[in-house]
Amino acid sequence: MTTALLEIEGLTKAYPGVVANDHVTFTINEGEVHALLGENGAGKSTLVKMIYGLVKPDAGTMRLRGAAFTPPEPRAARADGIAMVFQHFSLFEALDVAENIALGMENPPKMRDLAAQISKVSEEYGLPLDPFRTVGDLSAGERQRVEIIRCLLQNPKLLIMDEPTSVLTPQEVDILFKTLEQLRSEGTSILYISHKLDEIRRLCDTATILRLGKKVDTCNPREESVRTMAEMMVGGTLHVPERVPHAQGDVALEINNLSVPSPLQFGTSLKEIKLKVHKGEVLGVGGVAGNGQDELTAALSGEVVSASGAILLHGKSVGHLPPQSRRAMGILAAPEERLGHAAAPNMSLTENALLTANVRKKMARKGFLNWAAAKDYAKDVIRDFDVRTPGPENAARSLSGGNLQKFVIGREILQKPDVLVVNQPTWGVDASAAADIRQALLDLAGEGAAIIVISQDLDELMEISDRFAALNGGRLTEPVPAKGLTVDQIGLMMGGAHDMEVAHHGAA
Amino acid sequence: MDLSAISPTLLIASLMVAATPILLAAIGELVVEKAGVLNLGVEGMMITGAICGFAIAVETGSPVLGFICAAIGAAILSMIFGVLTQFFLSNQVATGLALTLFGLGLSSLLGQSYVGIKPPSTEKIDFPLLSDIPYLGPIVFNHDLMVYLTLALVAAVWATLKYTRAGLILRAVGENHDAAHALGYKVIRVRLMAIAFGGACAGLGGAYLSLIRVPQWTEGMTAGAGWIALAIVVFASWRPLRVLLGAYLFGGVTVLQLNLQAAGMAIPVEYLSMSPYLITILVLVIMSAPRKGGKARMSLAAPACLGRAFHASS
Repeated sequence: MTTALLEIEGLTKAYPGVVANDHVTFTINEGEVHALLGENGAGKSTLVKMIYGLVKPDAGTMRLRGAAFTPPEPRAARADGIAMVFQHFSLFEALDVAENIALGMENPPKMRDLAAQISKVSEEYGLPLDPFRTVGDLSAGERQRVEIIRCLLQNPKLLIMDEPTSVLTPQEVDILFKTLEQLRSEGTSILYISHKLDEIRRLCDTATILRLGKKVDTCNPREESVRTMAEMMVGGTLHVPERVPHAQGDVALEINNLSVPSPLQFGTSLKEIKLKVHKGEVLGVGGVAGNGQDELTAALSGEVVSASGAILLHGKSVGHLPPQSRRAMGILAAPEERLGHAAAPNMSLTENALLTANVRKKMARKGFLNWAAAKDYAKDVIRDFDVRTPGPENAARSLSGGNLQKFVIGREILQKPDVLVVNQPTWGVDASAAADIRQALLDLAGEGAAIIVISQDLDELMEISDRFAALNGGRLTEPVPAKGLTVDQIGLMMGGAHDMEVAHHGAA
Repeated sequence: MDLSAISPTLLIASLMVAATPILLAAIGELVVEKAGVLNLGVEGMMITGAICGFAIAVETGSPVLGFICAAIGAAILSMIFGVLTQFFLSNQVATGLALTLFGLGLSSLLGQSYVGIKPPSTEKIDFPLLSDIPYLGPIVFNHDLMVYLTLALVAAVWATLKYTRAGLILRAVGENHDAAHALGYKVIRVRLMAIAFGGACAGLGGAYLSLIRVPQWTEGMTAGAGWIALAIVVFASWRPLRVLLGAYLFGGVTVLQLNLQAAGMAIPVEYLSMSPYLITILVLVIMSAPRKGGKARMSLAAPACLGRAFHASS
């Protein structure tokens, strides 16, 4: 099992102002699960795009089974046996499963034959899927199965998976891993990109670690600890958030039978949500993406109004109030989508600071804006949250994801909210920035604010929550103390595996 | 008023003729929008097609050649839109509006010496015996070739979108251009071809007006037909067969109001002339009203990438 499948040597790709990959060299062997590790911006995505033929390297060579390999386009890479499951699914929501799969094939058979093939392969690998369902109606886990089956139908030699587990429940992750192990035993190599180190230790044979575009190390993940690998990725020691001890306070926010229809096309309506959050408490809300997270954030922030008594702040009804009134009373929110929802991309940081902070920080008088106050406030956020930017006059768009996230969260925290709702506070943020954001949330709770953290990162929720609840199909489970929860219990709260009860055969 | 003067048979037969130009433009625009491009320049392309077809038919004496050149001329005009929006990423709405204004101006320039001329006439196809069937004969078997070709085109577009790989790729590009690009499809090429097809169809529609329906050249003779075609695409929720229905509905109202005028209906003519447009607005309002669950009927069927610029950023 040590013949090389793909040898990569000196691969370099530069974009204006940044070198995405700098002389990266490593080898993927036949039948190996090879992890590609690194922070955001380390160059993982660019590297796999070069292997898949989406991006042309500036320098360096690739050899596939000893022969020179320079795919000019994805079609050529697919013909050579390279298949890829994308991080943001490359699916077409309005088309059905079979049509989606046909689009990823060179010479698809007739629709009816293809449907039969899909059923056969999906059964073989324990990934049940109906070929005639519209993709827009599928869960995230099922959508991923569509992508995987699209790849498997082409008998790939190398399967590239970009952050495959970020949208799955723990049970779905187990089933995915069984499928991948079955593939490995059949001799397929897998290039597995993730920054979930536990999973990499469970699954992978070799790990290549990238930092700022350079390969820094290759290791056997089974012989490393999560901490040593994380430090290789970051290139320094990692700060673990500390909790400020505090006594549980009075109820700050109460939700009674909150039901609101989703404003989104393929969204999930909230159904009879009941919840009490206390002062000084961090409540973690888990769940697979698309089970009502965005809707809950919107219902709490005031973007979607509900019956007035459905949401109570310190005993006062706020359910019918719009966002600005709720902000004035102390409920602040930071939605998931940074660009376009939490921040206006083309407006400066000063303007973005003013957009949510003008109520509590009194940046407008009689309809006239106080730009000096807004600019000072933006500077405070930049300083206190270590936002890397030349200054508050820069457009939100110009910041990297992690920096903008720090700005968006910091902007709310510095307004001293009574209740703060954050959705995916560290999504796409590198490990050290994520640790800073989590620490800031814990500090705010320590000062007596009630915090609701909605996240798909279970490790994050376990790290900072006092109590944990899960969203499943728009319903919220009863919150339970987070301490001592096992992965299995969490998985069951999140709804377990969606119709995944079909037995695994083969390598399982 | 004498309603008995209106013959249902003739009404339906002339409805098919009245609907043909908008049906042609609408089926072309449907393909463009299915590829994710919103081209508001239909009116401009139609009128350019109208004058191109008219001029060539007059000069050569051949209506067939006129139609071919109308399609080519309008397709070339649509490529201005294609290049601007696909390569220079200009705003599709603004560019489409500009194309309409440009087309109107260009056509009156080209048409200066053609005002008041009669074009060579296009023969109706003679179906021996069949056209003598009472009622059915005059309705179905007494038209010019373009009416039948247009119906065939609608059927072909429907079948292509539904059953062929090319149709699937076109829909995929309109649905999610980033994903289509990631799978290795040429988003810009597909869209350019769709835009050219839409232009050619609009040109044929315009030429049908100037060569057969009117038949004469006057400035601004399309009189909003291109906009109606755009509305019909939405009305049809981007489905080819419903485009046919929508175009016939509009054609029917147009013909009916003409007949009512002729029959001496006791209301001012202006009200009757505006009725097709009013009904179009009414239908669009009903179509876009949110139904239970808060989703607009229209938005359910619209291609997800409609009107969004694509830039390969990898």
